[in-house]
Amino acid sequence: MTLADTFARTRAEGRAAVVGCMPAGFPTVEGSIAAMTAMVEAGVDIVEVELPYSDPVMDGPVIQRASDIALAGGVRTADVLRIVEAVAAAGAPVAMMTYWAPVEKYGPDRFARDFAAAGGVGLITPDLIPDEAGEWLAAADRYDLDRVFLVAPSSTDARLAMTVGHCRGFVYATSVMGVTGARERTSSAAPALVARVRAADPAIPVAVGLGVRDGDQAAAVGGYADGVIVGSALIRCLLDAPDEPAGLAALRALSADLAAGVRRSPSGRAAAKVQA
Amino acid sequence: MGAPAVPDATGHFGRFGGRFMPEALVAALDQLDGAWREARVDPAFTAEFDRLLREYAGTPSMLYPATRLSAEVGARILLKREDLNHTGAHKVRNVLGQALLTRRMGKRRIIAETGAGQHGVASATAAALFDLECVVYQGEVDTRRQALNVARMRMLGATVVPVTTGSRTLKDAMNEALRDWVSTVDDTHYLIGTAAGPHPFPELVRDLVRGIGVEARAQCLEATGALPDAVAACVGGGSNAIGIMHPFLDDAEVRLYGFEAGGDGVGTGRHAASISGGGVGVLHGTRTYVLQDDDGQTVESHSISAGLDYPGVGPEHAWLHDSGRATYRAVDDAAAMAAFRQLCRTEGIIPAIESAHALAGVVAVVPELTAALGREPTIVVNLSGRGDKDMHTAAAYFDLLDTEGGPR
Repeated sequence: MTLADTFARTRAEGRAAVVGCMPAGFPTVEGSIAAMTAMVEAGVDIVEVELPYSDPVMDGPVIQRASDIALAGGVRTADVLRIVEAVAAAGAPVAMMTYWAPVEKYGPDRFARDFAAAGGVGLITPDLIPDEAGEWLAAADRYDLDRVFLVAPSSTDARLAMTVGHCRGFVYATSVMGVTGARERTSSAAPALVARVRAADPAIPVAVGLGVRDGDQAAAVGGYADGVIVGSALIRCLLDAPDEPAGLAALRALSADLAAGVRRSPSGRAAAKVQA
Repeated sequence: MGAPAVPDATGHFGRFGGRFMPEALVAALDQLDGAWREARVDPAFTAEFDRLLREYAGTPSMLYPATRLSAEVGARILLKREDLNHTGAHKVRNVLGQALLTRRMGKRRIIAETGAGQHGVASATAAALFDLECVVYQGEVDTRRQALNVARMRMLGATVVPVTTGSRTLKDAMNEALRDWVSTVDDTHYLIGTAAGPHPFPELVRDLVRGIGVEARAQCLEATGALPDAVAACVGGGSNAIGIMHPFLDDAEVRLYGFEAGGDGVGTGRHAASISGGGVGVLHGTRTYVLQDDDGQTVESHSISAGLDYPGVGPEHAWLHDSGRATYRAVDDAAAMAAFRQLCRTEGIIPAIESAHALAGVVAVVPELTAALGREPTIVVNLSGRGDKDMHTAAAYFDLLDTEGGPR
């Protein structure tokens, strides 16, 4: 299943997609496979596997802590690719969130080849802007992978149009100026940013990330975006749990809550269609 | 006609440099780039920068003929006395320039990363002078190693935030500063302390500190009637080195040497020599030589000098290394500390341990330079900082104090 297929399906159902993020190898290689499989079984539509990196400057304390645990456990890029393969078997498309350094070291072409072979569908690149992405764009085309770049409230119209033009799969709209992490309120800047992306390209799906922590917030974001990206809140289920079964149970519960949330409010796009 | 301009308009030095940064920060980087391009040709800006350098920082720094040291090492050694600048290092040039730019951009707050605390102290100094809010991120390990500098920063009115993520040292302080900046970019300038990071920082910082080399070149011509045979500097991130090297790039007969921190020795894996002992990768927004493992994960650096203890290097140095215009070698802790003592005892100058790496490197290359030239070489060495801050380290290394910290 591709990202395009998934968004077509969720649009047909009149709702936003839930994109769930989890660092590969956290808490262990097997534990992360179990966690992401549980997320899919409980209703997460798209899995975003984060490749743990030593210097994750876009991530807040929760994802950084989980990444540190994964790295301290000895997870390697080769393990991450194995995890992608295992999680893809659960049926949801698996995208990867990765800082550029590990991909550059692996070799962008070789990485794209091995990631595609593992069943991955595309990369989300928080510190790679299209301006520097020549090698990756070529590799993505060669192996038919989607490429998801980030746009921010601070992006100029010209940069936003350029960035959206290079996206395939979906556009990642960072809803607040800040790092990842669950917040009390999601941003008021997000609807405006989504509208700007739609103005640049009415067709490509837009997913909103940074700050969503529960079904109610997912319902709110799902009211205007095509996808709701949730990371830190899911990771906390595992970090805060006394043991692995309890963590997986919490993870399933939150995934189900998010899945129910996006079904409570018709997506902005679907709602607009109904009104028309 | 001639070589292409470096960096290019998007900050690339050949295959190095660029911008590997979140999109959220691109607007701020563009704003900074634009502000600098305007300011550098604005006579009012350059006049104020020159005035501050002269009246406040105490530049031009002297070029001092170190005759007793020269006699010992068999070369004519001219020391560029950046250690005599206000705040005790070349770094004051960079912070004054960036503080002026901060004001020009209408921002009220600066953030900075620091390892040993020198750049933090310099940033806090400029913030006090310009009445800016200042937050300095410093690895928790370093705040304990460098408690006196923490006190200095706080005395100057800065907030010091101990960083408890990752290895709790300089690279993690930089991560934390970047995280702050993503959230506060509207009113905050990130005052990066070296000629590294995303475009335009490598070019901007170089241009702000290249007065070191401009002065040294003129001073050497005046004192000796000729250009030096070689110019040498220590290289961590590499701002003092690019500052003194850059004005000599077109002088083909002047050899350029950058001396990296070899720690326990490059062969041991415990070092901070990104060019001599690392590989090409991406770190903190730029493509350059970095210390990383086979998966591209950053490896911790090791050096007796906190100021050189960083697992990357400015992209222009990477480019100068690849092009062969400059030569980079590693100097281990033991050689640097021997040179540290040698300068103390021959000239009555206590250098920063960082700068002692440059001295040690020069001692090592004198024989080959002498052989190549067929005469005693003249070498300009950037004495980038003073060693007061390093006395705790030196006292431990040379066993100068008893265990209670009192005199033996």
